[in-house]
Amino acid sequence: MHELSIVSSIVDTVTDSVAAYPGARVKEVRLRVGALASVVEESLQFCYGIATEDTPLAGSVLVVQTVPVILHCIPCGQDVELDSLQNFCCPRCNAPSNDLRQGRELEIDSIEIEEDE
Amino acid sequence: MTTRIVELRRGILKKNDELAAGLRDRYTAAGVLVLNLVSSPGTGKTAFLEWTLRELKARGARVAALVGDLETDNDARRLAASGAPVRQINTHGICHLDAEMIGSHLEGWELGDLDYLFIENVGNLVCPSSYDLGEKIRVALLSVTEGEDKPLKYPTMFNSADAAVITKMDIAEPCGFDRPEALKNINQIRPGIRIFETSAKTGAGMDAWVDYLVEERARRS
Repeated sequence: MHELSIVSSIVDTVTDSVAAYPGARVKEVRLRVGALASVVEESLQFCYGIATEDTPLAGSVLVVQTVPVILHCIPCGQDVELDSLQNFCCPRCNAPSNDLRQGRELEIDSIEIEEDE
Repeated sequence: MTTRIVELRRGILKKNDELAAGLRDRYTAAGVLVLNLVSSPGTGKTAFLEWTLRELKARGARVAALVGDLETDNDARRLAASGAPVRQINTHGICHLDAEMIGSHLEGWELGDLDYLFIENVGNLVCPSSYDLGEKIRVALLSVTEGEDKPLKYPTMFNSADAAVITKMDIAEPCGFDRPEALKNINQIRPGIRIFETSAKTGAGMDAWVDYLVEERARRS
């Protein structure tokens, strides 16, 4: 249950970023979360409502985009999307692979803000 | 009223990652091999580490340990019996160690005086996987009492590990431990990973583990 720590980091980062836009309201915060990031969206959403109270993020919507795991398969010579988190092998040729190219992301992609004219 | 999209593309744990990178540089400069031990509560990390510290000291190595728990300094007192410098980190409810906690608990220690530094993480197979502590080697431990499918249930942790240790092998048989199944599952999550089958009670497998540490330190320094 480290989602609260994660949400606190999001609040800090976004608060710093919107300081450049005085008077702006944060409408949406968009995350990219890898399938291997060990983060549960339901817990994030639960913590988000609490942790954003009385901050510039209050009332904003958290949108989580899940990013699949991509491995590089040496025999196939290409990047392939992992079928199952229980078996780190190429879905085409079954060769095992430790060469992870995507899937651990835990990042704020962008925010949507609203400004008065 | 206008809306605007602001691209941030910022790692959420960027602050921890930066602190960990700084620690990694310090460890490398000091020539100390740092290991982060992760497992469920009750796997036997402390007993495994007690043996490891004793054995490395007996071989003339300079060792130290940081140990994380929510509360109590019981584990630090156990590990300190080895004669190695040991510090307890109490997280008071936080489910993992982070790089900032490590940095602050290293104050006053001369890293250049150490060959090995062990970090025993909080017993938890989920959250510690996200927090880089600057370690060179992450060790995931699993005991024979936990079920052979543990690696399948916690793929993030086992996939991020550099070595795996099976503990309590002395009671494998009465526990009905299916060794081939456990080895297969670990390999499915982290193909080709080094696996050590150990007992901190009988010492079985501990020599191979300590030999590995010595080799890794020689290789990386």
